[in-house]
Amino acid sequence: MKPVPFNYFAPTSVEEALDKLAELGYDGKILAGGQSLVPAMNFRMARPGALVDLNNIPELAYIKPTSEGGLAIGTMTRDSKVEHDPKVIEMFPLLGEVMPNIAHAQIRNRGTFGGSIAHADPAGQLPAISIALDANLFIQSKSKERWVKATDFFTGPFMTVLDPDDMLVEIVLPPHLPHTGSSYQQVSRQRGGYAQAAVASVVTLDDQNRCKEARVVLISVGDTPILSARAKEILVGQKPTAEAFKEVAQAIAANEIDPATDIHATADYRRHLVEVLVERSLTIAFDRAKKGV
Amino acid sequence: MAGKYFGQPILRNEDAQLLSGKARFIDDIDLPGMLHAAFLRSDFAHARIKKIDYSAALKRSGVVAVYTAEDFGDFWRPGPLQVPPPTAIKGSVFNARTLVPIAKDKVRFSGEPLAVIIAESRYIAEDAFDDIIVEIEPLDAVNDLEKALEPGAPLVHEDLDSNLAADVVQERGNYEEARAKADVVISRKILVNRNAGAALENRGFVVEWEERSRQMTVWATTQAPIPLRNTIAARMGLFENQVRVITPFIGGGFGPKIMTSQADDVLLPWIAMKLKRPIKWIEDRRENFLATTSERDQVHYAEIALTKEGTILGVKDVFYHNTGAYDPYGMTVPLNTQTHTVSNYRVPNFYTQIKMVFTNQMVVTPVRGAGRPQGVFVMERLMDAAARELNMDPAEIRMKNLLIPDEFPLRTGIIGQDFVEGVLDSGNYKKNLEKTMEIVGYEKFRKEIQPKLRAEGKHVGIGIVTFTEGTAVGPYEGARVTIGANGKVNVATGISTQGQGHFTSFAQIVAEQVGIDVKDINVVTGDTAHFHWGAGTFASRGAAVAGSAIHNAAVKVREKIFSLASKIFEEPEENLEVGDGKVWVKSNPSQSMLLGDLALRANPTRGTIEPGVEPGLEATAYYGPPYGATGAGAVAMIVNLDPETMQVKVEHFVIVHDCGTAINPMILEGQVYGGISMGIGNAFYEKMVYDDNGQLLSASFMDYLMPQATDMPAKMELGHLVTTTPLNTLGIKGVGEAGAIPTPAAFVQAVEDALHGQVEIMESNLNPSRIFEYLQKKQ
Ligand SMILES: Cc1cc2nc3c(=O)[nH]c(=O)nc-3n(C[C@H](O)[C@H](O)[C@H](O)COP(=O)(O)OP(=O)(O)OC[C@H]3O[C@@H](n4cnc5c(N)ncnc54)[C@H](O)[C@@H]3O)c2cc1C
Repeated sequence: MKPVPFNYFAPTSVEEALDKLAELGYDGKILAGGQSLVPAMNFRMARPGALVDLNNIPELAYIKPTSEGGLAIGTMTRDSKVEHDPKVIEMFPLLGEVMPNIAHAQIRNRGTFGGSIAHADPAGQLPAISIALDANLFIQSKSKERWVKATDFFTGPFMTVLDPDDMLVEIVLPPHLPHTGSSYQQVSRQRGGYAQAAVASVVTLDDQNRCKEARVVLISVGDTPILSARAKEILVGQKPTAEAFKEVAQAIAANEIDPATDIHATADYRRHLVEVLVERSLTIAFDRAKKGV
Repeated sequence: MAGKYFGQPILRNEDAQLLSGKARFIDDIDLPGMLHAAFLRSDFAHARIKKIDYSAALKRSGVVAVYTAEDFGDFWRPGPLQVPPPTAIKGSVFNARTLVPIAKDKVRFSGEPLAVIIAESRYIAEDAFDDIIVEIEPLDAVNDLEKALEPGAPLVHEDLDSNLAADVVQERGNYEEARAKADVVISRKILVNRNAGAALENRGFVVEWEERSRQMTVWATTQAPIPLRNTIAARMGLFENQVRVITPFIGGGFGPKIMTSQADDVLLPWIAMKLKRPIKWIEDRRENFLATTSERDQVHYAEIALTKEGTILGVKDVFYHNTGAYDPYGMTVPLNTQTHTVSNYRVPNFYTQIKMVFTNQMVVTPVRGAGRPQGVFVMERLMDAAARELNMDPAEIRMKNLLIPDEFPLRTGIIGQDFVEGVLDSGNYKKNLEKTMEIVGYEKFRKEIQPKLRAEGKHVGIGIVTFTEGTAVGPYEGARVTIGANGKVNVATGISTQGQGHFTSFAQIVAEQVGIDVKDINVVTGDTAHFHWGAGTFASRGAAVAGSAIHNAAVKVREKIFSLASKIFEEPEENLEVGDGKVWVKSNPSQSMLLGDLALRANPTRGTIEPGVEPGLEATAYYGPPYGATGAGAVAMIVNLDPETMQVKVEHFVIVHDCGTAINPMILEGQVYGGISMGIGNAFYEKMVYDDNGQLLSASFMDYLMPQATDMPAKMELGHLVTTTPLNTLGIKGVGEAGAIPTPAAFVQAVEDALHGQVEIMESNLNPSRIFEYLQKKQ
């Protein structure tokens, strides 16, 4: 369980890092918190020729308000920083619910917000949450820079639109509309373990208490996080009812997910869990939207 | 029995060093010129080796040597049979196929070593894996215990005509006659899953050969330092005193560290001698999962015959036991299953048959519990099935059949792992159960709480089981107790320590006799230069067997103190008292002497001594029981099951345990709690899963789920009962495996109860998905 030989670079600015990444091309890999990359290297599943360590670039770790009233989070912001930031929790209660479920405290002290999204683990929470919160991702390389919506970012398991010389730099979370509620529901085998299935719901009501927007994202039951189309179709424009939640839950479980069987759970069980969790999360999210929390 | 030191919950001597990070573990050992070993392991479970070409590896910078089986010449041979089969069981079959140090011609399990690489660093050694070309012809793997014995099954050992490793029948009374008289007979197929030992620290081995003094020093994480030293010496053609085995602090043992014939044990001393450089190997987690040892999977066909009042007439159990690719540890595990199936209940007629099977899987040797949890699981499941059939309460049917103290000592008629007929020495099994029911509030839960919670739609269930733990088996252990001129005591014993608190509990035994504070007593375990007779730390025997030897030695030292002081003070021995590090005359306390000074006087360097007097305030003693002492207990567990997600929470856990005298109640509690967490792990989290090709699918902590603090019961209560064993002076029985033994049986029972008895579960490891499957099948 030792990695293959690799080169190591520790740039101190974004510019220097982007230069290095451009120079290394397919040989280079960004090292953020290292909580996923380093174990993969020790198992020799990942064999990068060189690491570009972002840990010496202080300018990549921040949480700051945006002019639109949202939040911008620097890619190297540690998960534990996000977890304990009062502004984050106030503006995005969903993150307050989600963060403590990511691994264990020690891992959140090292793991980074951007690293988790870039890693694109279909069982990871933050890729899904970036979709649920409709995040905008700022990506830079030596030769170009661009904004990509979280919904367009993930292309497969551990795969994204990032090129080898790209760096995810910032994650921007737009502010919630009024009458928005959210809920996160997860089942994992153990506290801190990856989700066997999880659901993040962010819903908004209009003045007549009808559903105006419903973002229901499924975790760990497909190649990427899945933003449910059926939830939107069934709920938007309607009064939220228990029957509607059930209908959404059944529609998602039957049509929108592709859970796998592994040594911990059958696909059938995961499908069943999704149904249970969607219903639970919609019930809570709409309740919160109503109460304005 | 409690004294000033003995029986007290004293803080542990070793903790300051451990908690401040100053303890030396094996990976802390760093010797000048040290090389590092890595084992290239087979990806196939069953295959013929055609060719291994390592020429490219030798060219890699930093690689010093590479060896395959052929390179060891005559030194390559199958390892010793570490535990032979008992000869007392007539008509039994046992086919010994002991572990080979490195695969030759054929691979028999995935993870078996193919080549050993020696390099300047472990990194380089692992880089060289990619340089080695292995040509292999894969064979069909043997995995299923029952199919393995069918004609035409692929053979793990082709010189045998089947995969049968052992076939052992033991019987007392006559089961078939009992069955003919029974009102009810219940038969079930019962499955027990496979678990790892999964100690926090993996195995490790460092060896240095000193050419000029012709001395070999080995640092190892072994549970059996003396047997390891003896086998290394024998293999290397050295005298025992040319090999010193030292066990540093060890991060947990749980069984798999008992082996003395793993690849590192055998090959690294030979290589170190050849290369004349120290060599280090630290097992990584993947290797630990694939290729140490593990345990527990069995398939039982069990049957219980009862009267309609619920009195047991007989039990029959025919079971398949997986021994893995080799059977170096004999039949210890399945014999423990045989002795523990019916041990706490009155079962006049008992037929038990082992069919031990070779498979293309990692070798099986004891893991905490060592066959006992399987026996208890089978019996407790039969009891539950019987209770349901007879419409009895699970507690009631147990109470009715438990043995009572008047029946002890009770000869069981079943030969155990220590080769002798099991005898239940003492205990109060009904009291264990009564007390458990009282603490958990059994009646109230059944009559008031559960119905009320069920009415609210909650799925709560209770499990209640009883068990015994055969402990403290022979053959023997020894110890030497020495008071130094510094007034402190050195205690040396042959067993090794993996976290059990021996540095404190053994000191407490000695302190009580010699009147020197526990803090001033230094206990040395597992260093063959300090004590070189003994068997090792296993079968919950450290406290009872080594502890008794230590007690005997300490008593002798006490006698020496009195005898010498009596001469010096010219006072009869009865007039003397010892305590606080000195000896004094009772009637005149000012006439006293520090024990350190007395120790100096006990070792005169001029003059003469009386014939027969041995020097020093030192004594050596041994202890070996005629048979093991049997601990016992009962467990109750209340669980809450979410009927939608099938998540199970253990709300309340009660264990009443009887291990005779407690040396240190706090350490004892730690042992029991640790066992319970392992039991919860075994029941709901830990599971080694092999696929049809013999690949281990759970070879990392990503997939092998260890119980966490957050998985422990919300409320835990521990009750003690003390019935001392007549087998040793201190009245101690072992406790090391207690918690692990009954827990899966209680868990499964509680889950069934939480599901209102809708399903019957006859397997020992569950998870939410599996519970969901049971309910789906039901619909
Ligand atoms: C025991 C354990 C349990 C865990 N449990 C969970 C869990 O329950 N849920 C969960 O979501 N995660 C879990 N994780 C993963 C953890 O959250 C990781 O930290 C996270 O997924 C990756 O973040 P990182 O900062 O450690 O990234 P790294 O490991 O450093 O990098 C991961 C990948 O992303 C790339 N990368 C990182 N930053 C950037 C960037 N700015 N631009 C482009 N590419 C980048 C790297 O090159 C690498 O390929 C667990 C990890 C461990 C060790």
